[in-house]
Amino acid sequence: MPKYTLSVNNKQMSVEVDADTPLLWVLRDQLNLVGTKYGCGVAQCGACTIHYNGSPVRSCQLPIAAVGNGKVVTIEGLSENGDHPVQQAWIEMDVAQCGYCQAGQIMAAAALLKKNSNPTDEEIDTTITNICRCGTNVRIRKAIHLAASKGGKS
Amino acid sequence: MSHPSVSRRNFLRVSMIAGGGMLVGFSALSNSETGENTEATPFSPNAYIKISPDGKISLMSPNPEIGQGVKTSLVMLIAEEMNVDWQTIDVGIAPLDAKYGSQTTGGSGAIRSRYAPLRQAGATAKAMLIAAAAETWGVAVTDCYAEKGFVIHKSSGKKLSYGELATKAAGMPVPTNVPLKDPKDFTIIGTRVKDVDAKAIVIGKPLFGIDTRKEGMLYAVVARPPAHGKKLQSFDDSAALKVNGVKKVVQVKNSVAVLATSTWAAMKGRTALKINWEDASKLESTTDHEKAFRELLSKPAATPNRNDGDVDAAMAAATKVLDVMYEVPVLSHAQMEPLNFYADVRDGKAELYGPTQVPQSLVSAVAKELNIPATNVSLGLPRQGGGFGRKLRPDNGVEAALVSQAAQCPVQVQWSREDDMQNDFYRPSGMFRFKAAFKDGNLEAWHQSFASLSNGRSPDTYPAGAVKNLKIESHSLPTNIPTGPWRAPTHNVQAFANESFMDEVAHELKKDPVAFRLELLKKAKEQPVGKLAYDPDKFISVIELVAKMCNWGKTPANTYRGFSTWFSFNSYVAQVVEIQMLKGKPRITKVYCAVHCGKVVNVSGAENQVQGAVVDGLGHAVYTKLTFNNGAAVQTNFGPYNFVRMRNTPLDVVVQFVPSEENPTGLGEPGLPPIAPALANALFAATGKRFRKMPFVDDIQFA
Repeated sequence: MPKYTLSVNNKQMSVEVDADTPLLWVLRDQLNLVGTKYGCGVAQCGACTIHYNGSPVRSCQLPIAAVGNGKVVTIEGLSENGDHPVQQAWIEMDVAQCGYCQAGQIMAAAALLKKNSNPTDEEIDTTITNICRCGTNVRIRKAIHLAASKGGKS
Repeated sequence: MSHPSVSRRNFLRVSMIAGGGMLVGFSALSNSETGENTEATPFSPNAYIKISPDGKISLMSPNPEIGQGVKTSLVMLIAEEMNVDWQTIDVGIAPLDAKYGSQTTGGSGAIRSRYAPLRQAGATAKAMLIAAAAETWGVAVTDCYAEKGFVIHKSSGKKLSYGELATKAAGMPVPTNVPLKDPKDFTIIGTRVKDVDAKAIVIGKPLFGIDTRKEGMLYAVVARPPAHGKKLQSFDDSAALKVNGVKKVVQVKNSVAVLATSTWAAMKGRTALKINWEDASKLESTTDHEKAFRELLSKPAATPNRNDGDVDAAMAAATKVLDVMYEVPVLSHAQMEPLNFYADVRDGKAELYGPTQVPQSLVSAVAKELNIPATNVSLGLPRQGGGFGRKLRPDNGVEAALVSQAAQCPVQVQWSREDDMQNDFYRPSGMFRFKAAFKDGNLEAWHQSFASLSNGRSPDTYPAGAVKNLKIESHSLPTNIPTGPWRAPTHNVQAFANESFMDEVAHELKKDPVAFRLELLKKAKEQPVGKLAYDPDKFISVIELVAKMCNWGKTPANTYRGFSTWFSFNSYVAQVVEIQMLKGKPRITKVYCAVHCGKVVNVSGAENQVQGAVVDGLGHAVYTKLTFNNGAAVQTNFGPYNFVRMRNTPLDVVVQFVPSEENPTGLGEPGLPPIAPALANALFAATGKRFRKMPFVDDIQFA
């Protein structure tokens, strides 16, 4: 099997996997970074959202062979102490119910605020396309606005 | 104010723990017990409360956490009566043990069943800590009180922490029937408390079953029959075994499991299997079901569920009869965390860890399948990525145990989303026929019939009791499509048909929909027809509250409203949906909800449950269906299985609870049933068209 060296959360990591292995499963099964979640495997639900060179990417659709030297950031690396403004806003608004999709939601929201520090409802609607089966969408929206009001770019 | 008494079936156990400290355990017999002659119940060392001499206080939630918030709210019940500082406690989920009573999560029952017993556990611990302090100081118990993890001597101001008192407290006699607090003295119950796992969730901690990683574990995926009605004939695994990372292929009943060093390798191995499936029974399609429902509804049921007055005579004498059909599709549970389970079955023992709503029956089922005693099966419970009723069946755990047994190694069986959607115990599809008879401007008769894929019966509830001639009938269609409970079973479809039809009736009578419901409930209160399954005053309280919240009758400009109300799991909910038409397409803008669920334990969690139920109910009403073609699910993943997203979500969902000090009633489910009809009624207000078939998006495009 081919060998790959990746930059994940600012660390160099090496893995030996087939070239078509999605980054999602490399993170979860090889690197033990299980915060990134599997939900659909077809880029629909967004539970596996990570940052790739700063942009939100659904890692179930990114084969390891295409990652190259790109910088990968997962939920575990979003902030040093779990205190990214989006993470804080999520706690403040008590967003989670089951909590399973929230890592992907937070990664998507953090990427949005990096590009657009004060998004409108419409911009949130078009950018945050993740699925929350528990229906926490109302609080997710409020948490994004809250993070924005506190300078959510970080 | 009388103190709630605790059932005699509930027992407390207090014991020393190794190294000092105090454990308070508690055992509740199953509800089927008569409550008499229970002294022989064995105690066990399991515990809700653990206080270490170093001051660490750990509290256990006995029911699985599937997103309904019980890991937080059940522990609030203990903490309230113990007078601990909420900020300083550790919270865990109890392992499976009979001494915790039924650990099933379903039927919106956790808070309902444990409200008094868990408070009693906390109150007893507090009483013993106070007694220990009083003895230490040689003062009267009545001169001591407990506050935020300390016992304080009133006269001298001396204090000792719970940790300092723990070892001594464990040796004190266990008091019985310790008085519980008057609700007006609550400092934790009835407040807004954040989920105890909030931080762990936002930093991506491995909380879920899918995150299990154990030494020597292989990852497995299973090829199951591709259609309901098919079974395994033969398979060839030679190509699968050549896939990088694939270690083993084993047959388990009608399925073939591929075990590998990673999930991806297992999935590739499964794709490489060559399997012949054969027909075992009829391959059903959705179109067959719809045709059969119509036939069933054209005839009377053998026995009506309820038959008040004389519906047929009233229909014959009517000046007008409304006669309409409502339809609802099959749904998948689609809990966000695809099913999975860890199992290590070796040497006649099974170690299990994974998501389930029914820990006890899962262990029994595994023991039976493996033919080993249940005492040889252990089960740990992770936080779970949603349930919605799917995991009331233990199939995921049983299958994993069988795979591990066949492969003789620890294994994590991972389901793909497609596996989940093809192998669900689905929300049954169904069709309703509703008839109403009118004469002299009055509703004279109401006749509802329900045909469905399950054997679910229509609930014998509202508007029964408020209409003098009323008949409720149910038909079930035999099928090989597996069906099961889905959030608010039967209510989730019955409310849609009933409350949409109620709006049609009000419209026919030219009555305001809110005023018409109030008029019916007043009748039910003053002159009930037959048995009343609900409390008309509580129904009226939520209707009046939601009308006040939204200023009913004063609809904002460019806005259309729909109203609905429903009673389920002993709770009452009334909702108003507001929509706006954007270039002819509806956008749901705001929802108001009023809820009567007795005492609210965690206001933040309760509000979250209701908001979530609203989004869940709206999403499924508008977008989602699952159909079958020759036994195979047509929609097998999100996308084709159309699902609500942020752009389809109301901008705000406002929730208020009717103030109540009564014991809590259900809340995980009751917020869902009334929302679909409230939306259908708003769509009628906006378009003049009735939406009688879910999902609505098949008939109207949304903004």
